[in-house]
Amino acid sequence: MTPEPARPLSVVPAPRSDRAKLSVRGVAKAFPNVRGGVSTALEDITFDVAPGEFICLLGPSGCGKSTVLNVLAGLEAPDRGEVLLDGHPVDGPGPDRALLFQDPALFPWMSVHANVEFALRMIGVPAEERRDRATEWLAKVHLSRFAEAQPHELSGGMKQRAALARALASRPSVLLADEPFGALDAQAREILQQEVQRVWAETGITLVFVTHNVREATLLADRVLLMSASPGTLLEEYRIVAPRPRRLEDALVARVVTDIHEQLDEEVRKVVARETGDPTDLA
Amino acid sequence: MSRVRRAIQRIWPSLVAAGVVLAVWWVLSATGAVSARNLPSPATVAHKLAHRTASGKFPNAALHSLIRLAFGIAVAAALGTVLGVAMAASSFFRRSAGSLVAGLQAMPPIAWLPLAALWFGFNERAVVFVTILGAFPAIALATTAAARQVSPILVRAGRTLGARGWGLYRHVVIPAAIPGYLQGLRQGWVFAWRSLLAAEIIIRGGIGLGHALSKAGGHFDVASVLALMVVVFLVGIVIDVAFAALDRRVRARRGLVGG
Repeated sequence: MTPEPARPLSVVPAPRSDRAKLSVRGVAKAFPNVRGGVSTALEDITFDVAPGEFICLLGPSGCGKSTVLNVLAGLEAPDRGEVLLDGHPVDGPGPDRALLFQDPALFPWMSVHANVEFALRMIGVPAEERRDRATEWLAKVHLSRFAEAQPHELSGGMKQRAALARALASRPSVLLADEPFGALDAQAREILQQEVQRVWAETGITLVFVTHNVREATLLADRVLLMSASPGTLLEEYRIVAPRPRRLEDALVARVVTDIHEQLDEEVRKVVARETGDPTDLA
Repeated sequence: MSRVRRAIQRIWPSLVAAGVVLAVWWVLSATGAVSARNLPSPATVAHKLAHRTASGKFPNAALHSLIRLAFGIAVAAALGTVLGVAMAASSFFRRSAGSLVAGLQAMPPIAWLPLAALWFGFNERAVVFVTILGAFPAIALATTAAARQVSPILVRAGRTLGARGWGLYRHVVIPAAIPGYLQGLRQGWVFAWRSLLAAEIIIRGGIGLGHALSKAGGHFDVASVLALMVVVFLVGIVIDVAFAALDRRVRARRGLVGG
């Protein structure tokens, strides 16, 4: 074992670009809980995402990662703070930001092809162009043979690839992904990780990817934002400079994974202590 | 070939059940356990059925009833759908009008007949009125339930893909609600059919299966009564099978049934 450096090389301050693609400024959000009170989900979240950057939001379950994503998507309004997209405040979902969920949420009454066309139909793209673009995207995710299939005929990984094609067909500038591969088996997950990286590299899209999987985050992201246990705040930022394609065996990747794990484990312990009612945590 | 075999496989248990009923009926009448005046043999009833069918009497009565049924269901479906969508869209409307519709649903439709007769006279308009009232509450409630049970995940996907306002309803909510809506229609037609027959039996003098039933009963013509009941039974089966096939097709397309 090589000795750990005193300060992990992989951690550098986040860039504070004035021309951020996405800018999250002091976002806070609370939800009513079952006991009639309020639970703070997010507390003062601030970060920027540069154009074309791939960032991963990482944190223990229940830390509010998905809430951050929903706020970015415009599906939920923050209680405090704001989100800027290209410098303009976000106030609702828009075709410039595509979303990918854990559930592929394909429309079961449409063919795979019609699903991919959906967003194009919503923005009024003419039928012929719509068809061509959907065909092109299905080829990119290797689903050409299944264009006329119904979604239920696809495997889990294929459904998620169709959902990726559907999300990107309208050429959004931002892709927001909420644990999109969480329900897939290891093999399908690996294929999709590669697919997402390829699409990201080809399109230059800005990608915000929520996961609780440290390895996934480290393999994929330019920058990993680690969130604390609930209420969610940003704990640390890891800039990952390892070249792609990355492998878990790469020395730099392995070290970042270890670093992040150490910090994340501490956060998970806090969550467990709270859930099991450890009195030391009941402030 | 395999299609025919599959069809046979699906219906043979029903044929067995029908055979058992016929056998019990035959034994009861052949042994004289029930007098022929109260229970004519299956052969007598079959003969009556064939005769009245050939003469065009039964088909004509069935046709008149079915036209009323179709009209009644069409109006009930239109009314029920509009009301159901309104109740799904507005929580105030759901809590206000919804409670009335739920009350109507629990009320026997035939209770409207005296009022309908006073308004429209003892004629087929009163019959159709009762049919509509019998069917529309079920359709409205099922429409509301179907629209409200649409998976929030699909709605969220639709919104993030750019569907909003009426477009969200047209392209996501309505198609997603179709299977539940079809179930409402299936239930609605059953209520309509029951209400129609009840109203026809009470209102005498027209042409229709219910009218014919009460007339045959009035003439103590047990064989005709039984033959007409067989017709009513068969009409019900045919329509229900048609609905079931439609339902199965819609569900199979969405992967909601195995096979």
